Amino acid sequence: MLLIHCPYCKETLPESEFTYAGQAHIVRPEMPSEQTDAQWEEFLFLRANPKGPHYERWRHFHGCGRFFNAVRDTVSDKFLTTYPANTPKPDLESLIGDAE
Amino acid sequence: MTRFNALNLVKHALTGHKNWTEQWPEAEPKKEYDVVIVGAGGHGLGAAHYLAKEHGITNVAVIDKGWLGGGNTGRNTTIIRSNYLYDESARLYDHAVDLWEGLSQDLNYNVMYSRRGVLMLAHNVHDVQSFQRHVHANRLNGVDNRWLTPQECKEYCPPLSISPNARYPVMGGALQERAGTARHDAVAWGYARSAAQRGVDIIQNCPVTAIRRGANGAVEGVETAKGFIKAKKVAVSAAGHTSVVMDTAGVRLPLESYPLQALVSEPVKPIFPCVVMSNAVHAYISQSDKGELVIGSGTDQYTSYSQRGGLPLIEHTVAAIVEIFPIFNRMRMLRKWGGIVDVTPDRSAIISKTPVDGLYVNCGWGTGGFKATPGAAHTFAWTIAKNEPHPINAPFTMERFRTGRLIDEAAAAAVAH
Repeated sequence: MLLIHCPYCKETLPESEFTYAGQAHIVRPEMPSEQTDAQWEEFLFLRANPKGPHYERWRHFHGCGRFFNAVRDTVSDKFLTTYPANTPKPDLESLIGDAE
Repeated sequence: MTRFNALNLVKHALTGHKNWTEQWPEAEPKKEYDVVIVGAGGHGLGAAHYLAKEHGITNVAVIDKGWLGGGNTGRNTTIIRSNYLYDESARLYDHAVDLWEGLSQDLNYNVMYSRRGVLMLAHNVHDVQSFQRHVHANRLNGVDNRWLTPQECKEYCPPLSISPNARYPVMGGALQERAGTARHDAVAWGYARSAAQRGVDIIQNCPVTAIRRGANGAVEGVETAKGFIKAKKVAVSAAGHTSVVMDTAGVRLPLESYPLQALVSEPVKPIFPCVVMSNAVHAYISQSDKGELVIGSGTDQYTSYSQRGGLPLIEHTVAAIVEIFPIFNRMRMLRKWGGIVDVTPDRSAIISKTPVDGLYVNCGWGTGGFKATPGAAHTFAWTIAKNEPHPINAPFTMERFRTGRLIDEAAAAAVAH
């Protein structure tokens, strides 16, 4: 059971309150009609699949209902941090330093 | 290697079974191979077997970071079926079932393929309509699948509860009788033994750390824990770790790796004659020859390489099983484990050449790779040997995510694959 900190509710709660929502920080193209097929493939289908820290979205589905971002290590499943949507990517180096 | 037959069995019985030869030798890597296969699961070892047997390519190494068959081949719930909706999938999975039927004879190794039937339960009107569409589509493709009434479901699988008062009543089921199970370890061992017999080196406990490319971009070989191994062709069949391996060659694939869990109960006397799947309640169950109930459902919701998965999913799975089979509500579960599966956006596999010369990939099997083992291995070997796809795997390219020609089994509403 993962314990996840909701950055809005400021509480650490069990996984079953949350739903996973895929890779974070994917930016919708500003001019969709000008995208090439390769750019569409990248936007729609190609995802980072790292063995290690992963930037991802979660939703506090059975709580405040809001989306937020997280950095989680996909080997240990430990969360390095969670932070509100629409805020910049946290610096990975400092997070890993904190965890150690 | 001694052939398994009645005469040899009698001969070795007389000497106390002390003189059986090893099934495959412990191999040290040579400097150079025609083909290096990354990943010694059923798919990789199978590809080596078919390369040697059907294409005469025997200067082959199969390299694995762990032990042979220790990944998803040894972690799945051993279900075999081919009742997929789309033409491309039906051809590929039915090709696999055709090969399953003769596999024990082909390998001289008993893979215990058992045609015990797979019954997929319908619990609501949508299920009934969707499964009947599957039945008709399958019959047009020559894949056996037929519709059963709730009473016929009960006759086929007596432990099933068809009470109309159930929370999820059984409204019928789609039955594929040619479907069933096989002994998963034996599949890896049988392919390994057969490939080794034909000269293939099987190198275990040797992680491939990178794929090396030359100045012209083509593949040169693989970097491993035991040094660099030169190879004319490199074929990656690494399941959940495909992204990690292919990244080192600069090839990105539309894959995400998720934990898929399974569990087994304490062993009991034979009670469960077939495989039952319920997509709506979301679990599947069969009984192994040892007597354990083998149970699984979907992946965990988050990506991971942990090979564990979380307990909430186990709770959900067991709840679903007890819902459909109240008879099992006091069974004790013995073990649970996880494997890492690589999932594509359309839930169909990729068996394909890549933009890199001499580099091939067989991946994206998601939660349903075991059933396809012989078919995937057979068409992958063809693709490697001839540098072009077999007609059966030609639609399963990695380019389909650019062209839009998806094989969208995800949209075909098969929750469990």
